[in-house]
Amino acid sequence: MSKSTAALAIGSIITLCLLGIWIGQNVNFLPVDASTNATVYDELFKALFSIGSILFFGMVGLVVYSLVRFRRKPGEKGDGLAIEDNLPLEILWTAIPTIVILFVGLYSYDIYDRMGGMQSLQTSAHHDHQEMESIQKIWGGIGSGSIDSTNKNLKDSIPIEVTAMQFAFLFHYPEGDILSGELHVPVDKPISMRMESKDVIHAFWVPEFRIKQDVIPGQPTILNFTPTKTGKYPIICAELCGPYHGGMRSTVVVENENDYQAWHEKNSKVSVTSS
Amino acid sequence: MTISIPPSSSDQSKKLQPEGWLRYFSFSLDHKVIGIQYLVCGFIFYLIGGALASAIRIELVSPISDFMPRDVYNQVLTLHGTIMIFLWIVPVVNGAFGNYLIPFYVGARDMAFPRLNAVAFWMIPPAGLLLISSYFINGAAQSGWTAYPPLSITTPAAGQLIWILSVLLLGGSSIFGGINFIATILKLRRPGLRLMQLPMYCWAILGTSILVVLSTPVLAGTLVLLSFDIVAHTGFFNPTLGGNVVVYQHLFWFYSHPAVYIMVLPAFGLVSEILPVHSRKPLFGYTTMVYSIMAIVVLGFLVWAHHMFTSGTPPWMRLFFTIATSFIAVPTGIKFFNWVATLWGGKISINSAVLFSCGFIVNFVLGGITGVALAQVPFDVHAHDTYFVVAHFHYIVYGGSVFVIFSSIYHWYPKFTGRMLNDSIGKLHFALTFIGFNLCFAPQHWLGLNGMPRRVAEYDPQFIFFNQISSVGALIMAISTLPFLWNVINSAFTGPLAGDNPWSALTPEWLTSSPPPIENWEGEAPLVSKPYGYGENPEKPNLTSNILSDQSNSDSEEDEVKK
Ligand code: HEM
Ligand SMILES: [Cu+2]
Ligand SMILES: [Cu+2]
Repeated sequence: MSKSTAALAIGSIITLCLLGIWIGQNVNFLPVDASTNATVYDELFKALFSIGSILFFGMVGLVVYSLVRFRRKPGEKGDGLAIEDNLPLEILWTAIPTIVILFVGLYSYDIYDRMGGMQSLQTSAHHDHQEMESIQKIWGGIGSGSIDSTNKNLKDSIPIEVTAMQFAFLFHYPEGDILSGELHVPVDKPISMRMESKDVIHAFWVPEFRIKQDVIPGQPTILNFTPTKTGKYPIICAELCGPYHGGMRSTVVVENENDYQAWHEKNSKVSVTSS
Repeated sequence: MTISIPPSSSDQSKKLQPEGWLRYFSFSLDHKVIGIQYLVCGFIFYLIGGALASAIRIELVSPISDFMPRDVYNQVLTLHGTIMIFLWIVPVVNGAFGNYLIPFYVGARDMAFPRLNAVAFWMIPPAGLLLISSYFINGAAQSGWTAYPPLSITTPAAGQLIWILSVLLLGGSSIFGGINFIATILKLRRPGLRLMQLPMYCWAILGTSILVVLSTPVLAGTLVLLSFDIVAHTGFFNPTLGGNVVVYQHLFWFYSHPAVYIMVLPAFGLVSEILPVHSRKPLFGYTTMVYSIMAIVVLGFLVWAHHMFTSGTPPWMRLFFTIATSFIAVPTGIKFFNWVATLWGGKISINSAVLFSCGFIVNFVLGGITGVALAQVPFDVHAHDTYFVVAHFHYIVYGGSVFVIFSSIYHWYPKFTGRMLNDSIGKLHFALTFIGFNLCFAPQHWLGLNGMPRRVAEYDPQFIFFNQISSVGALIMAISTLPFLWNVINSAFTGPLAGDNPWSALTPEWLTSSPPPIENWEGEAPLVSKPYGYGENPEKPNLTSNILSDQSNSDSEEDEVKK
């Protein structure tokens, strides 16, 4: 390889990497981040997007370049070079994906841990009220332990019981015995949801929170999160659950402490008197 | 078992076979006829599955459910997925090209078990018709191709049961095929032909058949239990009777993750045959290719739970499956670099076969990258069951496997029919397919990340624009099949004669007439010890300059083909 081609190759690799990093950092493919989980998630997303862009455009570049540079010109005869293998090269491109995968794996483990994914479920708020045997039976969604990592005081978190059925979500607040079709939560407060389905499998998904957990019949699941931005966000059922699956939506209202208290008081009175 | 079948041994069965076009409708034992039967039958189901896909995309032009009733929509998407996987991609990348090519590649006159082979094919049309007929009986299954209970237990039973029966038949056919391929590759090799001299497609089919034979029975068992839950009200997967719905998911994905490799490993093999021929270079890194296929086979069994990250799995299990899944990218990545190295420094004829193969590389790389992202638990909890996943696997199965099927048709059509396809129409077909495909599926990445779940007939109005782009893409894809169909039908009658070896290729199927005679060779099978020996002698007059018939061997061919 001559000096100028080497310089050209190195130059294009550097340009490619810069382009990839720029894309990952500046092209936004995600909705607003409205939970503690979401900010961590977006960090991972940017890293993966950068790495992915570098690899993708690199590969496309190589293929297109080969097709143009090594195309058979009209009237040209003969075969290509008889190269069957090249051990150093093959070791190089075993190493590239291995290193990328190791980096991605370690990084996403770190993200997973920060989301609370590695914590055992015993830290979840509901278990204060539950017996040991049922603890083993409950399965946690990601972030099940996040309350513990972001907030030492478990009693702080608001327990909510979620029931899913064809084709609606029902939210029950044990404090005040409120039953609601809309999820109301105060901003910056950890929420701990215990979810179960009455019929088929559903899934609780709030894209702005970047969390999703299946709601399973006969198998309670736990999902914890801490909203960070006030506003209204959609709750979407993400698991095919029947003809009206596409219409199985609700809303989560994240409001400031006062509004939430007002909502809570207004509704708890109603349900206390009615029940 | 005989090591190689002498030409005279099956003279009798030869006479029992009908001749001419009728043999394609008969219980033929000829592996080439069976291969074509698989291909044409698969393509007909592809057209049906494609019509269903168009119906889905029409429904999604508007954000409300207005084109068809909601339960019909779910039936359509279930049929679409099931047909495309079990009646199009799996039978074609394995059954069609495998049957046609593997006996040539191992130097045999037919498959090890010709009768089993014919049975395996003839299970497919009835199974497919059964599946489609369920729509007209009492409504087809409507729980998706994954058929998760309890939804599959609570939706109308008739359609679901027919679906199970049909998938069981197709699974059985696939197991028969797998056993046949393993036996043929390991036992029918021509004397003197070593395993490490086989064309790469043989390794791909060997690996795939191992996956088929070990994992499909698990699916069969699972579906039988599911059918008990439906008809006999047993409680294996029914939570109201103490069953566990997540166990079904483990069993289902224990088959269905390997199934995705059953759809793509043979495609890897086909690309490895096509690229060296048209770039006039040896396949780069034969040995690493073989080892990476086998690594994919082993790892493919250890990753199934990446489809269940939100199902409620213990933390350690999520971590294990994240790591195992990510590592599949290593052997996969090696193969892609090897293909690019095969192109590098070649003299590449830019024809339809090459374009579709390179389209495959580009599309699959994107699908692989989104796959590795999805393998990361923290990433997947947001993207799971959204249009992002739909985009991922269509980049793999359409952008990957289907592109390779088209590439293979352009490459082997002259062998199948003895006539050439029109390459300009082929390029038009490629351009339309590539543009339509990317328009259809690229926007779905964004849709999924921004909140559009999969398998819905209605959606938030903010997603209208990208859904309409996607539907336009689907329309272009639908249109792209027209020039292709015209080309394959018209060329069969009026295409220029191809001769035995129009690409001057070195693999054994080209060293006989086009189309080949019954039992493949007039004389003894050639011993091809270097199927990729291109460019060995750059100074000498090369293969391309004198198109050979199989009698007039050029110098360089005599080097390769030693008796
Ligand atoms: C680089 C290798 C690959 C990786 C790391 C990978 C990873 C994944 C992951 C993690 C999912 C689950 C996403 C979710 O549901 O949340 C998935 C889904 C899927 N993948 Fe891949 N994948 C790879 C290659 C393939 C290949 C080769 C195929 C098929 C030929 C394929 C077909 C599919 C299909 C069909 C689904 C969706 C299944 C469904 O839920 O209906 N993938 N992939
Ligand atoms: Cu639902
Ligand atoms: Cu998988």
